[in-house]
Amino acid sequence: QQPTQFINPETPGYVGFANLPNQVHRKSVKKGFEFTLMVVGESGLGKSTLINSLFLTDLYPERVIPGAAEKIERTVQIEASTVEIEERGVKLRLTVVDTPGYGDAINWICICLFNTIISYIDEQFERYLHDESGLNRRHIIDNRVHCCFYFISPFGHGLKPLDVAFMKAIHNKVNIVPVIAKADTLTLKERERLKKRILDEIEEHNIKIYHLPDAESDEDEDFKEQTRLLKASIPFSVVGSNQLIEAKGKKVRGRLYPWGVVEVENPEHNDFLKLRTMLITHMQDLQEVTQDLHYENFRSERLKRGGRKVENEDMNKDQILLEKEAELRRMQEMIARMQAQMQMQMQGGDGDGGALGHHV
Amino acid sequence: SLSGYLKRENVRSLTMSGHVGFESLPDQLVNRSIQQGFCFNILCVGETGIGKSTLIDTLFNTNFEDYESSHFCPNVKLKAQTYELQESNVRLKLTIVNTVGFGDQINKEESYQPIVDYIDAQFEAYLQEELKIKRSLFTYHDSRIHVCLYFISPTGHSLKTLDLLTMKNLDSKVNIIPVIAKADTVSKTELQKFKIKLMSELVSNGVQIYQFPTDDDTIAKVNAAMNGQLPFAVVGSMDEVKVGNKMVKARQYPWGVVQVENENHCDFVKLREMLICTNMEDLREQTHTRHYELYRRCKLEEMGFTDVGPENKPVSLQETYEAKRHEFHGERQRKEEEMKQMFVQRVKEKEAILKEAERELQAKFEHLKRLHQEERMKLEEKRRLLEEEIIAFSKKKATSEIFHGQSFLATGSNLRKDKDRKNSNFL
Repeated sequence: QQPTQFINPETPGYVGFANLPNQVHRKSVKKGFEFTLMVVGESGLGKSTLINSLFLTDLYPERVIPGAAEKIERTVQIEASTVEIEERGVKLRLTVVDTPGYGDAINWICICLFNTIISYIDEQFERYLHDESGLNRRHIIDNRVHCCFYFISPFGHGLKPLDVAFMKAIHNKVNIVPVIAKADTLTLKERERLKKRILDEIEEHNIKIYHLPDAESDEDEDFKEQTRLLKASIPFSVVGSNQLIEAKGKKVRGRLYPWGVVEVENPEHNDFLKLRTMLITHMQDLQEVTQDLHYENFRSERLKRGGRKVENEDMNKDQILLEKEAELRRMQEMIARMQAQMQMQMQGGDGDGGALGHHV
Repeated sequence: SLSGYLKRENVRSLTMSGHVGFESLPDQLVNRSIQQGFCFNILCVGETGIGKSTLIDTLFNTNFEDYESSHFCPNVKLKAQTYELQESNVRLKLTIVNTVGFGDQINKEESYQPIVDYIDAQFEAYLQEELKIKRSLFTYHDSRIHVCLYFISPTGHSLKTLDLLTMKNLDSKVNIIPVIAKADTVSKTELQKFKIKLMSELVSNGVQIYQFPTDDDTIAKVNAAMNGQLPFAVVGSMDEVKVGNKMVKARQYPWGVVQVENENHCDFVKLREMLICTNMEDLREQTHTRHYELYRRCKLEEMGFTDVGPENKPVSLQETYEAKRHEFHGERQRKEEEMKQMFVQRVKEKEAILKEAERELQAKFEHLKRLHQEERMKLEEKRRLLEEEIIAFSKKKATSEIFHGQSFLATGSNLRKDKDRKNSNFL
């Protein structure tokens, strides 16, 4: 059977719906865009620097970086900061979600952090679901996490157990973009080897990362080529900096070393530009995948669960609260034990080492 | 001690009138140690992939064999390999111990323990040899760790919690030299701040790292300066790159070449100088006189030895050992006696119980026997009675039969006679 054909009326004149794209464009500029980016990775991998470089702004003006001893006491937190940036009339409401303390804990508190992060993502889904199901749906704010940059350390041989565990915990809830941090520690050969290793391990552990869609057949060759290049460079290995350095007669953003200048925006030095291109050109796609895939998954699960048995949910809530309290108490006990141990170490280690050599 | 006693006495200094020759004593010592060969053991602690093996290769200018470790080890292990190196006429038996899987587990609370256990095990082995009656310390292969290179991750921020915890547990057992690994990722200005932050963290948390000695005038100045440069920011590489007209050890990046032995690029040369050229012997000495002695003292005290017996009189180790052995024997004998007694007691008890049981059984038996007897007698009696009745019955029957026969022959008269007789009697 022939598919129905659109019959082009023999219009002698211009109708005008070819202008639709322009209308969409105009409206979207008026409405503005929203994007939420979550950033996860160990301390000291350059996450904040990279975010500042990406958006050419200082998102973290009053940052205090805690030392090792303070990190023991720190509880797990999620910090979201929202800024509005504008470029040629187009407004972007950008929310960056940080997870300070990730990877710092040396005991099972790490796993509790997963739950905190997953709860955060679910909460945003929940809120959107609530708003979407409400009577007045004029001003729904989309705080759902559209993308998660996961920072992988360049100092190891590939993924670590914590990396695998975390990505598997969230890959059905958010688009994961793995990023190799502080890439100026890798020679070109080391970089290629590490990228391949990471991709192999991602496949080995069945981790679902965000896949860039192939370019449409009607796009121009440059765009197709760009997309091909982007896809081939994943995971991106990046260097961040907001400092202007003098190099080759002009000022560039980079890092100054005695042996040379690493230029952030030089594609031969690192993949920063590729990451930025990917993020900007696929911002809309990231939102769509979040909406069509992750959110819909959440919604269908949630409705299946929440449709019937509402009382059980309340009871479950109490139970969950109790369980969470017990978990918290256990965590606090663990922290107290560790602190006590460290206290005893500190008391035992004075003088010229001739004091008690035993550790308790 | 004897030498202390001598010092307090007035010892006279004399001048000699000629050349005697004992100035060669140091040379003799040196010759002997060259003959013996030297032994040096390095422990490298750091996360997987941080560059431990590469740095050691670079330090000793040798490609020691190694392979990349996995990040997925369930716990921390230590791997030791011994090599024999030679430089001019000096032979060095070098043992390199690496941590495997350090920092990879999600739960890192006990990560330091295998390292502590390894260091203690080497001390223990030495102590055992030292305590032997027939010992050969001369040929003993000393496996005690002389230096621990602690590899700090170049985050640029501060120490990690794991670093603090581990170093606190190691600082009283081994000489720790912290190094900033893969330092070509930290710019010059960041490095200054990083070093200051790291040192202040170590100090404020009471971690004692190794200080290059400043008591010897010839090296005091350079050692003091180096102490101020800690932790050393190092870069390792066995790859060679052409710089100028020479081939140098370096790492080639698109933006430049990091030369390992260029002091403007990193502190590798400083580390090599301090660790190998200047202070290797001091590291060995500190290990023996400080860390090992501490271990030994604690261990012996644990076992109950003291230097000073009751009434504060000095006690020799030998005496204490003998006393301990005696005590141990006595104790053992006593325990044996005790056990024997207990055994005998038990046997007696068991015997008594069995006897009692036997008696009870016997009593029961007697009782039953009596009952049985009584029963039998009763039955006998009954039988006798029965038998008598039978006999009586038989007699009666016989009598009645005879009587019946006689009456048949003389029915009337006898009957009347009997009747009359009966009546007459009556009348």
